[in-house]
Amino acid sequence: ASTLVIAEHEGGAINAPSVSAVEAAKSLGEGNSISLLLAGSGTSLHDAAARAASFHPAISQVLVVDSDKFARPLAEPWARLVHLVQQKGGYSHIVAASNSFGKNVLPRAAALLDVSPVTDVVNISGSNQFVRPIYAGNALCTVRYIGSNPCMLTIRTTSFPVPSALADSKSNEVPVNQVDLSTLDEDSVGKSRYISQTSQDTERPDLGNAKIVVTGGRALKNAENFKMIDKLAEKLGAAVGATRAAVDAGFVPNELQVGQTGKIVAPELYMAFGVSGAIQHLAGMRDSRVIVAVNKDADAPIFEVADYGLVGDLFEVIPELLEKLPEKK
Amino acid sequence: MKIMVAIKRVVDYAVKIRVKPDKSGVETNNVKMSMNPFCEIALEEALRIKEAGLASEVVAVTMGPAQCADTLRTGLAMGADRGIHVESTAALFPLAVAKLLKALVDVEKPGLIIMGKQAIDDDCNQTGQMVAGLLGWPQGTFASKVVLDKEKQVATVEREVDGGLETLSLDLPAVITTDLRLNQPRYATLPNIMKAKSKVIKKYSPQELNVEIRPDLEVVEVTEPPKRKAGVLVSSVDELIDKLKNEAHVI
Repeated sequence: ASTLVIAEHEGGAINAPSVSAVEAAKSLGEGNSISLLLAGSGTSLHDAAARAASFHPAISQVLVVDSDKFARPLAEPWARLVHLVQQKGGYSHIVAASNSFGKNVLPRAAALLDVSPVTDVVNISGSNQFVRPIYAGNALCTVRYIGSNPCMLTIRTTSFPVPSALADSKSNEVPVNQVDLSTLDEDSVGKSRYISQTSQDTERPDLGNAKIVVTGGRALKNAENFKMIDKLAEKLGAAVGATRAAVDAGFVPNELQVGQTGKIVAPELYMAFGVSGAIQHLAGMRDSRVIVAVNKDADAPIFEVADYGLVGDLFEVIPELLEKLPEKK
Repeated sequence: MKIMVAIKRVVDYAVKIRVKPDKSGVETNNVKMSMNPFCEIALEEALRIKEAGLASEVVAVTMGPAQCADTLRTGLAMGADRGIHVESTAALFPLAVAKLLKALVDVEKPGLIIMGKQAIDDDCNQTGQMVAGLLGWPQGTFASKVVLDKEKQVATVEREVDGGLETLSLDLPAVITTDLRLNQPRYATLPNIMKAKSKVIKKYSPQELNVEIRPDLEVVEVTEPPKRKAGVLVSSVDELIDKLKNEAHVI
Protein backbone atom coordinates (compact mmCIF):
# COMPACT_ATOMS: atom_id res chain seq x y z
CA ALA A 1 0.00 0.00 0.00
CA SER A 2 1.07 3.57 -0.61
CA THR A 3 -0.85 6.44 0.85
CA LEU A 4 -1.04 10.13 0.09
CA VAL A 5 -1.97 12.25 3.09
CA ILE A 6 -3.38 15.66 2.24
CA ALA A 7 -2.00 17.90 4.97
CA GLU A 8 -2.45 21.46 6.16
CA HIS A 9 0.13 23.57 7.87
CA GLU A 10 0.11 26.65 10.05
CA GLY A 11 2.86 28.52 11.79
CA GLY A 12 5.59 26.41 10.22
CA ALA A 13 4.25 23.00 11.23
CA ILE A 14 1.65 20.58 9.99
CA ASN A 15 -1.51 20.94 12.06
CA ALA A 16 -2.91 18.42 14.53
CA PRO A 17 -5.73 17.12 12.27
CA SER A 18 -3.14 16.31 9.60
CA VAL A 19 -1.07 14.36 12.12
CA SER A 20 -4.24 12.39 12.92
CA ALA A 21 -4.58 11.67 9.20
CA VAL A 22 -1.02 10.27 9.22
CA GLU A 23 -1.95 8.10 12.23
CA ALA A 24 -4.97 6.80 10.32
CA ALA A 25 -2.85 6.12 7.23
CA LYS A 26 -0.51 4.03 9.37
CA SER A 27 -3.35 1.68 10.26
CA LEU A 28 -4.11 0.94 6.59
CA GLY A 29 -1.50 -1.81 6.64
CA GLU A 30 2.01 -2.86 7.45
CA GLY A 31 4.66 -1.46 5.17
CA ASN A 32 2.40 1.31 3.95
CA SER A 33 4.58 4.07 2.54
CA ILE A 34 3.14 7.47 3.38
CA SER A 35 3.65 10.59 1.29
CA LEU A 36 2.60 13.88 2.79
CA LEU A 37 1.28 16.58 0.46
CA LEU A 38 1.73 20.19 1.57
CA ALA A 39 0.90 23.29 -0.42
CA GLY A 40 1.04 27.01 0.15
CA SER A 41 3.67 29.64 -0.20
CA GLY A 42 6.38 31.30 1.82
CA THR A 43 8.52 30.33 4.77
CA SER A 44 5.75 28.70 6.83
CA LEU A 45 5.34 26.11 4.07
CA HIS A 46 9.02 25.30 3.87
CA ASP A 47 9.45 25.19 7.64
CA ALA A 48 6.50 22.83 7.85
CA ALA A 49 7.91 20.62 5.08
CA ALA A 50 11.33 20.46 6.72
CA ARG A 51 9.82 19.54 10.08
CA ALA A 52 7.42 17.02 8.56
CA ALA A 53 10.37 15.32 6.89
CA SER A 54 11.88 14.43 10.23
CA PHE A 55 9.21 14.35 12.88
CA HIS A 56 7.06 11.33 12.11
CA PRO A 57 8.62 7.90 11.58
CA ALA A 58 5.74 6.77 9.35
CA ILE A 59 6.27 9.43 6.68
CA SER A 60 8.49 8.35 3.80
CA GLN A 61 8.26 11.40 1.56
CA VAL A 62 7.09 15.01 1.72
CA LEU A 63 5.66 16.56 -1.44
CA VAL A 64 5.67 20.34 -1.53
CA VAL A 65 3.83 22.77 -3.75
CA ASP A 66 4.94 26.38 -3.52
CA SER A 67 2.49 28.50 -5.45
CA ASP A 68 0.23 31.50 -4.88
CA LYS A 69 -2.62 29.36 -6.13
CA PHE A 70 -2.46 27.53 -2.81
CA ALA A 71 -2.04 30.53 -0.55
CA ARG A 72 -5.63 29.91 0.59
CA PRO A 73 -7.25 26.50 0.98
CA LEU A 74 -9.59 26.72 -2.03
CA ALA A 75 -11.20 23.47 -3.18
CA GLU A 76 -10.83 24.08 -6.91
CA PRO A 77 -7.01 24.18 -7.24
CA TRP A 78 -6.58 21.65 -4.40
CA ALA A 79 -8.80 19.05 -6.08
CA ARG A 80 -6.84 19.50 -9.31
CA LEU A 81 -3.58 19.17 -7.39
CA VAL A 82 -4.65 15.91 -5.73
CA HIS A 83 -5.70 14.62 -9.15
CA LEU A 84 -2.30 15.53 -10.61
CA VAL A 85 -0.31 14.04 -7.73
CA GLN A 86 -2.38 10.83 -7.86
CA GLN A 87 -1.79 10.44 -11.59
CA LYS A 88 1.94 10.65 -11.05
CA GLY A 89 2.13 8.65 -7.82
CA GLY A 90 -0.54 5.96 -8.33
CA TYR A 91 -1.32 5.75 -4.60
CA SER A 92 -3.58 3.02 -3.27
CA HIS A 93 -5.11 5.38 -0.68
CA ILE A 94 -5.60 9.10 -0.18
CA VAL A 95 -6.39 10.31 3.34
CA ALA A 96 -7.38 13.70 4.74
CA ALA A 97 -8.79 14.83 8.09
CA SER A 98 -12.54 15.22 8.29
CA ASN A 99 -12.32 18.92 9.11
CA SER A 100 -13.66 21.83 7.09
CA PHE A 101 -10.67 21.62 4.73
CA GLY A 102 -10.74 17.87 4.12
CA LYS A 103 -14.52 17.75 3.83
CA ASN A 104 -14.42 20.52 1.24
CA VAL A 105 -11.56 19.24 -0.89
CA LEU A 106 -11.46 15.44 -0.81
CA PRO A 107 -14.90 14.62 -2.30
CA ARG A 108 -14.24 17.05 -5.15
CA ALA A 109 -10.90 15.40 -5.85
CA ALA A 110 -12.58 11.97 -5.66
CA ALA A 111 -15.07 13.03 -8.35
CA LEU A 112 -12.19 14.08 -10.62
CA LEU A 113 -10.62 10.65 -10.04
CA ASP A 114 -14.01 8.92 -10.57
CA VAL A 115 -14.02 7.09 -7.23
CA SER A 116 -16.37 7.05 -4.24
CA PRO A 117 -14.81 8.49 -1.09
CA VAL A 118 -15.53 7.20 2.40
CA THR A 119 -15.99 10.18 4.69
CA ASP A 120 -15.80 10.57 8.46
CA VAL A 121 -14.11 7.24 9.13
CA VAL A 122 -13.80 6.35 12.85
CA ASN A 123 -12.18 2.94 12.56
CA ILE A 124 -9.99 1.21 10.00
CA SER A 125 -9.76 -2.58 9.83
CA GLY A 126 -7.38 -3.49 7.06
CA SER A 127 -6.83 -1.66 3.84
CA ASN A 128 -10.41 -1.61 2.56
CA GLN A 129 -12.80 -1.93 5.47
CA PHE A 130 -13.94 1.10 7.39
CA VAL A 131 -16.43 2.09 10.07
CA ARG A 132 -18.27 5.38 9.86
CA PRO A 133 -21.12 6.81 11.92
CA ILE A 134 -24.48 7.34 10.20
CA TYR A 135 -27.70 8.92 11.46
CA ALA A 136 -25.77 11.39 13.61
CA GLY A 137 -23.86 8.61 15.30
CA ASN A 138 -26.96 6.61 16.21
CA ALA A 139 -25.67 3.75 14.10
CA LEU A 140 -22.27 2.63 12.92
CA CYS A 141 -21.90 1.45 9.35
CA THR A 142 -19.07 -0.86 8.30
CA VAL A 143 -18.32 -0.52 4.60
CA ARG A 144 -15.97 -2.36 2.30
CA TYR A 145 -14.40 -0.41 -0.52
CA ILE A 146 -14.57 -2.43 -3.75
CA GLY A 147 -13.89 0.34 -6.27
CA SER A 148 -10.69 1.03 -8.14
CA ASN A 149 -7.65 2.85 -6.72
CA PRO A 150 -7.30 5.21 -5.04
CA CYS A 151 -9.47 4.49 -2.04
CA MET A 152 -10.14 7.95 -0.58
CA LEU A 153 -10.94 8.63 3.07
CA THR A 154 -11.57 11.46 5.44
CA ILE A 155 -10.98 10.46 9.03
CA ARG A 156 -12.52 11.77 12.22
CA THR A 157 -9.58 13.22 14.12
CA THR A 158 -10.91 12.34 17.58
CA SER A 159 -10.75 8.65 16.61
CA PHE A 160 -7.08 8.83 15.60
CA PRO A 161 -5.44 10.79 18.41
CA VAL A 162 -2.06 12.37 17.96
CA PRO A 163 0.58 10.47 19.95
CA SER A 164 2.07 12.65 22.66
CA ALA A 165 5.62 11.33 22.17
CA LEU A 166 6.19 12.65 18.66
CA ALA A 167 9.50 14.45 18.88
CA ASP A 168 11.83 15.59 16.17
CA SER A 169 14.11 12.70 15.34
CA LYS A 170 16.78 14.00 13.01
CA SER A 171 18.01 10.49 12.27
CA ASN A 172 14.94 9.82 10.19
CA GLU A 173 14.98 12.58 7.61
CA VAL A 174 13.03 11.77 4.44
CA PRO A 175 13.20 13.47 1.04
CA VAL A 176 11.27 16.68 0.39
CA ASN A 177 10.23 16.82 -3.27
CA GLN A 178 8.72 19.72 -5.19
CA VAL A 179 5.63 18.90 -7.23
CA ASP A 180 5.90 19.91 -10.87
CA LEU A 181 2.80 22.01 -11.60
CA SER A 182 3.41 22.38 -15.33
CA THR A 183 0.67 19.88 -16.13
CA LEU A 184 -1.82 21.18 -13.55
CA ASP A 185 -5.27 21.39 -15.14
CA GLU A 186 -6.41 24.95 -14.44
CA ASP A 187 -9.96 24.28 -15.61
CA SER A 188 -11.88 25.60 -12.61
CA VAL A 189 -8.98 27.37 -10.89
CA GLY A 190 -9.61 31.08 -10.49
CA LYS A 191 -13.40 30.76 -10.54
CA SER A 192 -13.40 31.04 -6.75
CA ARG A 193 -11.64 33.76 -4.83
CA TYR A 194 -10.87 34.12 -1.15
CA ILE A 195 -12.29 37.33 0.32
CA SER A 196 -11.86 37.16 4.10
CA GLN A 197 -11.96 35.09 7.22
CA THR A 198 -13.18 35.93 10.70
CA SER A 199 -11.86 33.77 13.49
CA GLN A 200 -12.49 33.35 17.15
CA ASP A 201 -9.95 34.51 19.69
CA THR A 202 -7.05 32.14 20.17
CA GLU A 203 -6.32 32.64 23.85
CA ARG A 204 -8.37 29.59 24.73
CA PRO A 205 -7.46 26.06 23.69
CA ASP A 206 -9.02 25.04 20.40
CA LEU A 207 -12.38 23.33 20.92
CA GLY A 208 -11.38 20.43 18.70
CA ASN A 209 -8.18 19.66 20.63
CA ALA A 210 -8.83 20.82 24.21
CA LYS A 211 -8.29 18.40 27.10
CA ILE A 212 -11.28 19.84 28.95
CA VAL A 213 -14.46 21.22 27.39
CA VAL A 214 -17.12 23.09 29.36
CA THR A 215 -20.44 23.32 27.54
CA GLY A 216 -23.57 25.32 28.19
CA GLY A 217 -27.09 24.68 26.97
CA ARG A 218 -30.30 26.58 26.62
CA ALA A 219 -30.82 26.55 30.39
CA LEU A 220 -28.23 29.33 30.67
CA LYS A 221 -31.11 31.54 29.45
CA ASN A 222 -29.05 34.36 27.92
CA ALA A 223 -25.65 35.51 26.71
CA GLU A 224 -24.90 37.31 29.98
CA ASN A 225 -25.40 34.13 32.03
CA PHE A 226 -23.32 32.18 29.52
CA LYS A 227 -20.30 34.12 30.75
CA MET A 228 -20.39 31.86 33.81
CA ILE A 229 -19.39 29.03 31.45
CA ASP A 230 -16.53 31.19 30.16
CA LYS A 231 -15.32 31.84 33.71
CA LEU A 232 -15.41 28.17 34.59
CA ALA A 233 -13.54 27.30 31.39
CA GLU A 234 -10.93 29.90 32.22
CA LYS A 235 -10.43 28.43 35.66
CA LEU A 236 -10.02 24.93 34.21
CA GLY A 237 -7.94 25.96 31.18
CA ALA A 238 -10.77 24.52 29.11
CA ALA A 239 -12.41 25.28 25.78
CA VAL A 240 -16.01 26.50 25.72
CA GLY A 241 -18.69 24.59 23.86
CA ALA A 242 -22.39 25.11 23.36
CA THR A 243 -25.44 23.19 22.25
CA ARG A 244 -27.22 24.03 19.04
CA ALA A 245 -30.09 25.44 21.11
CA ALA A 246 -27.70 27.85 22.86
CA VAL A 247 -26.19 28.88 19.53
CA ASP A 248 -29.57 29.34 17.85
CA ALA A 249 -30.75 31.42 20.80
CA GLY A 250 -27.77 33.70 20.13
CA PHE A 251 -25.92 33.16 23.44
CA VAL A 252 -22.64 32.36 21.65
CA PRO A 253 -21.30 32.27 18.07
CA ASN A 254 -21.87 29.14 16.02
CA GLU A 255 -18.25 27.99 15.94
CA LEU A 256 -18.70 26.86 19.55
CA GLN A 257 -21.42 24.38 18.67
CA VAL A 258 -20.73 20.80 19.69
CA GLY A 259 -22.74 18.16 17.86
CA GLN A 260 -23.21 16.30 14.64
CA THR A 261 -23.57 19.54 12.67
CA GLY A 262 -20.96 21.35 14.74
CA LYS A 263 -17.70 20.21 16.25
CA ILE A 264 -17.03 16.60 17.21
CA VAL A 265 -14.99 16.56 20.41
CA ALA A 266 -13.49 13.83 22.59
CA PRO A 267 -11.67 15.54 25.49
CA GLU A 268 -10.45 13.96 28.70
CA LEU A 269 -13.20 15.78 30.58
CA TYR A 270 -16.49 17.08 29.17
CA MET A 271 -18.68 19.11 31.51
CA ALA A 272 -22.23 19.85 30.37
CA PHE A 273 -24.32 22.46 32.15
CA GLY A 274 -28.01 22.79 31.42
CA VAL A 275 -27.66 20.46 28.45
CA SER A 276 -30.61 18.14 27.91
CA GLY A 277 -28.67 15.71 25.73
CA ALA A 278 -30.36 15.78 22.34
CA ILE A 279 -29.22 13.01 19.97
CA GLN A 280 -27.56 15.62 17.79
CA HIS A 281 -25.49 16.89 20.70
CA LEU A 282 -24.56 13.45 22.04
CA ALA A 283 -23.19 12.55 18.61
CA GLY A 284 -20.63 15.31 19.03
CA MET A 285 -19.29 14.41 22.48
CA ARG A 286 -20.09 10.79 23.34
CA ASP A 287 -16.47 9.71 22.86
CA SER A 288 -15.23 12.01 25.65
CA ARG A 289 -13.33 10.08 28.33
CA VAL A 290 -15.17 11.47 31.36
CA ILE A 291 -18.55 13.18 31.04
CA VAL A 292 -20.05 15.33 33.77
CA ALA A 293 -23.64 16.54 33.54
CA VAL A 294 -25.36 19.13 35.68
CA ASN A 295 -29.06 19.56 35.04
CA LYS A 296 -32.18 20.43 37.01
CA ASP A 297 -34.16 17.73 35.22
CA ALA A 298 -33.26 14.32 36.65
CA ASP A 299 -34.77 12.66 33.54
CA ALA A 300 -32.60 14.55 31.03
CA PRO A 301 -31.05 12.08 28.54
CA ILE A 302 -27.61 13.58 29.17
CA PHE A 303 -27.51 11.60 32.44
CA GLU A 304 -27.61 8.36 30.43
CA VAL A 305 -24.14 9.09 29.04
CA ALA A 306 -22.69 10.95 32.02
CA ASP A 307 -20.10 9.31 34.25
CA TYR A 308 -20.94 11.78 36.99
CA GLY A 309 -24.33 13.43 37.17
CA LEU A 310 -25.45 16.15 39.51
CA VAL A 311 -29.13 17.00 39.62
CA GLY A 312 -29.21 20.64 40.56
CA ASP A 313 -29.59 24.25 39.53
CA LEU A 314 -26.60 25.32 37.46
CA PHE A 315 -26.97 28.86 38.79
CA GLU A 316 -26.02 27.48 42.21
CA VAL A 317 -23.62 24.76 41.06
CA ILE A 318 -21.39 26.86 38.81
CA PRO A 319 -20.61 29.56 41.41
CA GLU A 320 -19.85 26.83 43.93
CA LEU A 321 -17.53 25.11 41.45
CA LEU A 322 -15.82 28.42 40.74
CA GLU A 323 -15.21 28.83 44.42
CA LYS A 324 -14.12 25.27 45.22
CA LEU A 325 -12.28 24.05 42.14
CA PRO A 326 -8.51 24.04 42.55
CA GLU A 327 -6.60 26.66 40.60
CA LYS A 328 -5.18 25.38 37.34
CA LYS A 329 -1.52 24.51 37.68
CA MET B 1 -31.29 32.28 -14.44
CA LYS B 2 -32.58 28.90 -13.43
CA ILE B 3 -31.72 27.39 -10.02
CA MET B 4 -31.57 23.64 -9.54
CA VAL B 5 -32.13 22.31 -6.04
CA ALA B 6 -31.42 18.70 -5.10
CA ILE B 7 -33.61 17.19 -2.40
CA LYS B 8 -33.43 13.86 -0.62
CA ARG B 9 -36.06 11.79 1.14
CA VAL B 10 -34.76 10.62 4.51
CA VAL B 11 -36.03 9.29 7.83
CA ASP B 12 -37.60 12.26 9.61
CA TYR B 13 -35.12 14.02 11.87
CA ALA B 14 -37.33 13.52 14.94
CA VAL B 15 -37.55 9.74 14.56
CA LYS B 16 -35.42 7.65 16.88
CA ILE B 17 -33.89 5.21 14.45
CA ARG B 18 -33.65 1.46 14.99
CA VAL B 19 -30.95 -0.79 13.63
CA LYS B 20 -32.41 -3.92 11.98
CA PRO B 21 -31.76 -7.12 13.97
CA ASP B 22 -29.95 -8.70 10.99
CA LYS B 23 -27.57 -5.71 10.91
CA SER B 24 -28.34 -5.04 7.25
CA GLY B 25 -29.28 -1.43 7.84
CA VAL B 26 -31.64 0.93 9.63
CA GLU B 27 -35.37 0.20 9.73
CA THR B 28 -37.20 2.44 7.24
CA ASN B 29 -40.49 0.52 6.94
CA ASN B 30 -43.40 2.23 8.70
CA VAL B 31 -41.12 5.07 9.68
CA LYS B 32 -41.99 8.71 9.01
CA MET B 33 -40.00 10.01 6.05
CA SER B 34 -39.40 13.69 5.29
CA MET B 35 -37.30 16.02 3.24
CA ASN B 36 -33.71 16.18 4.53
CA PRO B 37 -33.55 19.38 6.67
CA PHE B 38 -30.48 20.71 4.85
CA CYS B 39 -32.36 20.28 1.55
CA GLU B 40 -35.28 22.32 2.93
CA ILE B 41 -32.80 25.09 3.66
CA ALA B 42 -31.41 24.79 0.12
CA LEU B 43 -34.87 25.05 -1.40
CA GLU B 44 -35.78 27.98 0.85
CA GLU B 45 -32.65 29.85 -0.27
CA ALA B 46 -33.45 29.23 -3.93
CA LEU B 47 -37.01 30.49 -3.43
CA ARG B 48 -35.76 33.64 -1.70
CA ILE B 49 -33.34 34.31 -4.55
CA LYS B 50 -36.18 33.94 -7.03
CA GLU B 51 -38.49 36.16 -4.96
CA ALA B 52 -35.76 38.81 -4.92
CA GLY B 53 -35.95 38.83 -8.72
CA LEU B 54 -32.55 37.25 -9.23
CA ALA B 55 -33.74 33.94 -10.68
CA SER B 56 -36.49 32.99 -13.11
CA GLU B 57 -37.23 29.42 -12.11
CA VAL B 58 -36.55 26.92 -9.33
CA VAL B 59 -36.34 23.28 -10.40
CA ALA B 60 -36.37 20.67 -7.64
CA VAL B 61 -34.66 17.35 -8.34
CA THR B 62 -34.88 14.13 -6.38
CA MET B 63 -33.53 10.64 -6.93
CA GLY B 64 -34.56 7.24 -5.64
CA PRO B 65 -37.61 4.95 -5.52
CA ALA B 66 -41.19 5.90 -6.40
CA GLN B 67 -42.01 7.28 -2.92
CA CYS B 68 -39.47 10.08 -3.42
CA ALA B 69 -42.12 11.75 -5.56
CA ASP B 70 -43.98 12.58 -2.30
CA THR B 71 -40.96 14.50 -1.04
CA LEU B 72 -40.68 16.24 -4.39
CA ARG B 73 -44.37 17.26 -4.05
CA THR B 74 -43.51 18.84 -0.69
CA GLY B 75 -40.82 20.82 -2.46
CA LEU B 76 -43.31 21.95 -5.09
CA ALA B 77 -45.71 22.94 -2.30
CA MET B 78 -42.97 25.04 -0.72
CA GLY B 79 -42.72 26.88 -4.03
CA ALA B 80 -40.47 25.09 -6.52
CA ASP B 81 -41.80 25.62 -10.06
CA ARG B 82 -41.39 22.08 -11.29
CA GLY B 83 -39.80 18.80 -10.37
CA ILE B 84 -37.53 16.14 -11.81
CA HIS B 85 -37.50 12.61 -10.43
CA VAL B 86 -34.73 10.24 -11.41
CA GLU B 87 -36.34 6.95 -10.50
CA SER B 88 -34.02 4.22 -9.30
CA THR B 89 -34.41 1.35 -6.89
CA ALA B 90 -30.67 0.73 -6.81
CA ALA B 91 -28.73 2.20 -3.90
CA LEU B 92 -27.39 5.56 -5.05
CA PHE B 93 -24.05 6.57 -3.59
CA PRO B 94 -22.99 10.23 -3.80
CA LEU B 95 -20.82 9.70 -6.89
CA ALA B 96 -23.80 8.30 -8.81
CA VAL B 97 -26.01 11.16 -7.61
CA ALA B 98 -23.38 13.67 -8.68
CA LYS B 99 -23.17 12.11 -12.15
CA LEU B 100 -26.96 12.12 -12.50
CA LEU B 101 -27.08 15.77 -11.44
CA LYS B 102 -24.39 16.62 -13.97
CA ALA B 103 -26.42 14.90 -16.69
CA LEU B 104 -29.47 16.95 -15.66
CA VAL B 105 -27.40 20.14 -15.72
CA ASP B 106 -26.54 19.37 -19.34
CA VAL B 107 -30.29 19.25 -20.08
CA GLU B 108 -31.54 22.07 -17.85
CA LYS B 109 -28.59 24.51 -17.97
CA PRO B 110 -29.11 26.07 -14.52
CA GLY B 111 -26.95 29.01 -13.42
CA LEU B 112 -26.78 27.79 -9.84
CA ILE B 113 -27.16 24.53 -7.96
CA ILE B 114 -28.09 24.72 -4.28
CA MET B 115 -28.17 21.60 -2.14
CA GLY B 116 -27.81 20.52 1.48
CA LYS B 117 -24.30 20.04 2.82
CA GLN B 118 -25.23 16.53 3.89
CA ALA B 119 -28.16 14.19 4.31
CA ILE B 120 -29.04 13.25 7.88
CA ASP B 121 -29.24 9.53 7.04
CA ASP B 122 -25.82 8.63 5.62
CA ASP B 123 -24.12 11.90 6.74
CA CYS B 124 -21.79 11.64 3.73
CA ASN B 125 -21.25 15.35 3.00
CA GLN B 126 -19.93 14.67 -0.51
CA THR B 127 -22.43 15.17 -3.30
CA GLY B 128 -22.22 18.96 -3.71
CA GLN B 129 -18.43 18.94 -3.85
CA MET B 130 -18.51 16.04 -6.32
CA VAL B 131 -20.99 17.57 -8.74
CA ALA B 132 -19.02 20.83 -8.64
CA GLY B 133 -15.87 18.90 -9.48
CA LEU B 134 -17.51 17.00 -12.33
CA LEU B 135 -18.90 20.21 -13.81
CA GLY B 136 -15.72 22.21 -13.26
CA TRP B 137 -17.81 24.77 -11.36
CA PRO B 138 -16.62 26.60 -8.25
CA GLN B 139 -18.11 25.49 -4.95
CA GLY B 140 -19.26 27.26 -1.81
CA THR B 141 -19.84 24.56 0.78
CA PHE B 142 -21.38 24.90 4.28
CA ALA B 143 -22.89 28.28 3.39
CA SER B 144 -24.34 30.46 6.14
CA LYS B 145 -24.94 33.48 3.87
CA VAL B 146 -25.36 33.86 0.12
CA VAL B 147 -25.43 37.15 -1.82
CA LEU B 148 -25.88 37.15 -5.60
CA ASP B 149 -24.71 39.88 -7.93
CA LYS B 150 -26.73 39.53 -11.12
CA GLU B 151 -24.68 42.07 -13.08
CA LYS B 152 -21.29 40.58 -12.33
CA GLN B 153 -22.61 36.99 -12.30
CA VAL B 154 -20.92 36.38 -8.98
CA ALA B 155 -22.07 34.76 -5.73
CA THR B 156 -20.54 35.86 -2.44
CA VAL B 157 -20.74 32.99 0.01
CA GLU B 158 -20.02 33.07 3.71
CA ARG B 159 -18.99 29.57 4.82
CA GLU B 160 -18.80 27.91 8.21
CA VAL B 161 -15.26 26.64 8.67
CA ASP B 162 -13.36 25.37 11.72
CA GLY B 163 -12.82 28.28 14.07
CA GLY B 164 -14.85 30.88 12.21
CA LEU B 165 -16.35 32.04 8.96
CA GLU B 166 -14.74 32.29 5.53
CA THR B 167 -16.03 34.45 2.69
CA LEU B 168 -15.53 33.42 -0.92
CA SER B 169 -16.50 35.00 -4.21
CA LEU B 170 -17.62 32.48 -6.86
CA ASP B 171 -18.16 32.97 -10.58
CA LEU B 172 -21.53 31.66 -11.75
CA PRO B 173 -22.48 28.99 -12.54
CA ALA B 174 -21.59 27.53 -9.16
CA VAL B 175 -22.60 24.94 -6.57
CA ILE B 176 -23.59 26.03 -3.08
CA THR B 177 -24.20 23.64 -0.17
CA THR B 178 -26.19 24.85 2.80
CA ASP B 179 -25.45 24.85 6.50
CA LEU B 180 -28.08 25.09 9.23
CA ARG B 181 -27.98 28.81 9.86
CA LEU B 182 -28.44 29.95 6.27
CA ASN B 183 -32.18 30.48 6.70
CA GLN B 184 -35.38 29.25 8.34
CA PRO B 185 -37.35 27.24 5.77
CA ARG B 186 -41.02 28.07 5.24
CA TYR B 187 -43.92 25.69 5.69
CA ALA B 188 -46.06 24.74 2.74
CA THR B 189 -49.48 26.40 3.05
CA LEU B 190 -52.68 24.52 2.21
CA PRO B 191 -53.38 26.51 -0.99
CA ASN B 192 -49.80 25.87 -2.12
CA ILE B 193 -50.15 22.17 -1.35
CA MET B 194 -53.24 22.15 -3.59
CA LYS B 195 -51.43 24.11 -6.30
CA ALA B 196 -48.45 21.75 -6.15
CA LYS B 197 -50.65 18.87 -7.28
CA SER B 198 -50.84 20.30 -10.76
CA LYS B 199 -47.14 21.11 -11.10
CA VAL B 200 -45.14 19.01 -13.51
CA ILE B 201 -42.79 16.25 -12.40
CA LYS B 202 -40.64 14.87 -15.18
CA LYS B 203 -39.28 11.37 -14.73
CA TYR B 204 -35.98 9.99 -15.92
CA SER B 205 -34.21 6.70 -15.45
CA PRO B 206 -30.44 6.61 -14.92
CA GLN B 207 -30.20 4.83 -18.30
CA GLU B 208 -31.94 7.70 -20.07
CA LEU B 209 -29.33 10.02 -18.59
CA ASN B 210 -26.53 7.67 -19.67
CA VAL B 211 -25.28 7.22 -16.14
CA GLU B 212 -24.04 3.84 -15.07
CA ILE B 213 -24.69 3.10 -11.38
CA ARG B 214 -21.54 1.43 -10.19
CA PRO B 215 -21.36 0.25 -6.59
CA ASP B 216 -17.94 1.15 -5.20
CA LEU B 217 -18.94 0.32 -1.65
CA GLU B 218 -20.54 -2.65 0.06
CA VAL B 219 -22.27 -2.31 3.38
CA VAL B 220 -20.84 -5.05 5.59
CA GLU B 221 -23.02 -4.35 8.61
CA VAL B 222 -24.85 -1.64 10.48
CA THR B 223 -24.69 -1.80 14.26
CA GLU B 224 -25.68 0.23 17.27
CA PRO B 225 -22.94 2.36 18.76
CA PRO B 226 -21.44 0.99 21.98
CA LYS B 227 -23.39 2.15 25.00
CA ARG B 228 -21.55 4.12 27.64
CA LYS B 229 -21.56 2.49 31.02
CA ALA B 230 -24.13 4.07 33.30
CA GLY B 231 -22.48 6.56 35.59
CA VAL B 232 -23.26 7.64 39.10
CA LEU B 233 -25.24 10.53 40.49
CA VAL B 234 -23.40 12.65 43.00
CA SER B 235 -25.21 14.65 45.63
CA SER B 236 -23.02 17.73 45.97
CA VAL B 237 -20.38 19.86 44.33
CA ASP B 238 -17.87 18.66 46.93
CA GLU B 239 -18.51 15.05 46.02
CA LEU B 240 -18.21 15.90 42.29
CA ILE B 241 -14.86 17.63 42.75
CA ASP B 242 -13.63 14.73 44.89
CA LYS B 243 -14.62 12.18 42.20
CA LEU B 244 -13.01 14.20 39.40
CA LYS B 245 -9.84 14.62 41.38
CA ASN B 246 -9.41 11.26 43.08
CA GLU B 247 -11.36 8.78 40.96
CA ALA B 248 -11.25 10.07 37.37
CA HIS B 249 -7.99 12.02 37.80
CA VAL B 250 -9.03 14.67 35.29
CA ILE B 251 -8.55 17.85 37.33
